[in-house]
Amino acid sequence: MTSINPTLDPAGGASAPPAGPRPARRSSARAAETRRKWYEIIGLTTPAVIVYVMFVLVPMGFAFYYSLFRWRGVGPPTDYVGFDNYVLAFQDPIFLDALRNNAIIVFGSLLIQGPIALGVALLLNRHFRGRTVFRLLAFVPYVLAEVTVGIMWKLLLSDAGTVNAMLESLGLGSVVQAWLADLDLVIWTLLAILTWKYVGFAIILLLAGLSNVPQELNEAAAIDGASWWQIQRHVTLPLLGPTIRIWMFLSMIGSLQVFDVIWVTSVPAVRSLGASATMATYMVDNGFFARLWGYGNAVAVILFAISFVAAVLFQRFLLRRDIEGAITRKAN
Amino acid sequence: MAIKRRASTFLALSMTTALLVAGCSGGGESEEPAESELFKNPVTLTWWHNASQDGVGKEYWAKVAKDFSDKHPTVTIEIEGIETNQLQRTRLPAALLSNDPPDIFQAWGGGEIREQVEADYLKDITEQVKDEVANIGSAAEIWAVDGKQYGLPYRMGIEGIWYNKDLFEKAGIAAPPTTFDELNDAVTKLKAIDVIPIAVGAGDKWPAAHWWYNFALRACSVDTLRKASLENVFDDQCFVKAGQDLKAFIDTKPFQNNFIATPGQNDPTSANGLLANGKAAMELMGDWNKGTLDNVAADKEAMNKFIGWFPVPAITGSAGDPKAALGGGDGFSCAKNAPAECVEFLKYIVSPEVQKGYAETGTGLPVAKGAEDGVKDPALKSILEATTSATYVQLWLDTAFGSTVGNAMNDAIVAIFAGNGTPEKVVEAMKAAARK
Repeated sequence: MTSINPTLDPAGGASAPPAGPRPARRSSARAAETRRKWYEIIGLTTPAVIVYVMFVLVPMGFAFYYSLFRWRGVGPPTDYVGFDNYVLAFQDPIFLDALRNNAIIVFGSLLIQGPIALGVALLLNRHFRGRTVFRLLAFVPYVLAEVTVGIMWKLLLSDAGTVNAMLESLGLGSVVQAWLADLDLVIWTLLAILTWKYVGFAIILLLAGLSNVPQELNEAAAIDGASWWQIQRHVTLPLLGPTIRIWMFLSMIGSLQVFDVIWVTSVPAVRSLGASATMATYMVDNGFFARLWGYGNAVAVILFAISFVAAVLFQRFLLRRDIEGAITRKAN
Repeated sequence: MAIKRRASTFLALSMTTALLVAGCSGGGESEEPAESELFKNPVTLTWWHNASQDGVGKEYWAKVAKDFSDKHPTVTIEIEGIETNQLQRTRLPAALLSNDPPDIFQAWGGGEIREQVEADYLKDITEQVKDEVANIGSAAEIWAVDGKQYGLPYRMGIEGIWYNKDLFEKAGIAAPPTTFDELNDAVTKLKAIDVIPIAVGAGDKWPAAHWWYNFALRACSVDTLRKASLENVFDDQCFVKAGQDLKAFIDTKPFQNNFIATPGQNDPTSANGLLANGKAAMELMGDWNKGTLDNVAADKEAMNKFIGWFPVPAITGSAGDPKAALGGGDGFSCAKNAPAECVEFLKYIVSPEVQKGYAETGTGLPVAKGAEDGVKDPALKSILEATTSATYVQLWLDTAFGSTVGNAMNDAIVAIFAGNGTPEKVVEAMKAAARK
């Protein structure tokens, strides 16, 4: 449209002053402008706000309300017990096991996926033949559905499964394990599966971050005599900071709420013994399968509170620079 | 797919709402339409059952619904087959809480139906189904609360041990064991020929827990079990004894390795798969096992030849009734405000002719007298005989005690299997759950 506007200064573009006649009453025009702006804001956000309130805030309120009852989901809740359900949860050793397992997954994911993803991303950022193919391959596990991944690994890791058979044929019979049945081992097996599944996501994020690092900076550093490693360490890595922090944030929240892969891969017995339960699987096992709806809601609220606090703390301290002005006050 | 489902739920919701409105305007004041009004006004019955997988079971229910509609053209039946766990744990409780439950739906009896009756969800059908209850016999009691009938079973059977006749012969076991001593002997002999004596799908919890139930059935008197079901009282020492007997039995190592992660059914690595493919010699399971074994057998024909069934062995000198058996079934109930046609449909489902056709599908044992001829499979025939000759059929304990106690009990039993539980902790967990 602008290209056919003859009054537009071709060099100035959009910043050129409007050429038409000035409005006579400027203040009322500005008021109309403000009003229009508000209509726009209301018009555009109302659907989102309605959906958010109806499907996020209201259910959260209900969850908290139900969590205060001893309620088995039959008839309306009537047996008010205050915070008893919360006390019960923290007294249940299986729930504490679930908390521990979530902690293992949160920190394990950060510590293992981070370095792997960074290394692979740096490698895939260099120019070589078949780079696109490798990028695609790294991303494939992330694209697979969680349930597919769970069933696949469940079969691969069963006693007579492919993994153990391969170890046997490689002469590594002593390494053969009951990967998903050994109660001390299962959470680490699951961590490995989760790493395999989600490392591709970290790689893609970091690759996107890397493409934003200006090539000139690398060239300047190279001219100054910096080696490839030095360039990565002192130029690329600091510029990747925001991307890494965002990935850490997403990984942490995802790990706290992890459900599907665990649910599908690990059988009910192993979960109920605490060996592989996470807060989310514990919630479903108790809420629906033991039909403790009030208690299940209490666990849901605890899961929400932990995720919320973790998210706020992370944003306040680590993401502060990246989201300045959005949540924290803008620095001068 | 999620969107599709939501759309169909919405559709179902709006349709039933429309029907409700229509029903209100035409129905008049009386809650129960008089007998003469039956099949006069068009009604739509929504029917939720658990035959969700494509196959003979699902097809048979579709046929039953169609036949009924053909007989009574005013009745339209909308069927939804939903996977058992999803149906029992989430869909049905949520639908019953809302004002718009399905008219006729799966009912498991026992503790669950008692809770549903207390919440006033179900239609009292005592008067209408007297003949059917008489024809079904004592099994119908599981769907009754305080002497009133709230549902009817269409499938019922006791559990027992499914075994591989070929492997028994190879191991030199002359006849199926009738006592636990003989069972222990058989286990030793089967180990000698290097097969898994007993497969257990402990990964799914309940297949392991059923071993404890059987020890409890042998250790506890019928009165103790009745009281436990009705009042959730577990003070009798026999419940501890059950755990001790189980622990002693596990210590003889009759099960496959890493049984704690073995699923019960539905895939080749499951306990079912081990039995169906000749790797294990025995499995404790209910009457539905025939169908699930068929699904996982690599060679169905061979499996059908070697598979047999015998009742759970007795324990010499125990307090329980040796002719008592554990069992369970499936039934249907009508929602409180369902149209009267719902009860007629329920009666139709348990009529001998429909039951006979059900038996012929081989998916379970019928409950109505006059349907026995439909049972063709020899293993199923022996279960039917054992079911009719059992002096007392105890409903699966987790169903009888209700989901909350049942779940806690199963978890604690699984802990014994995993080696970190005790007989006392099972009883403690049951008592704690009863208070939750």
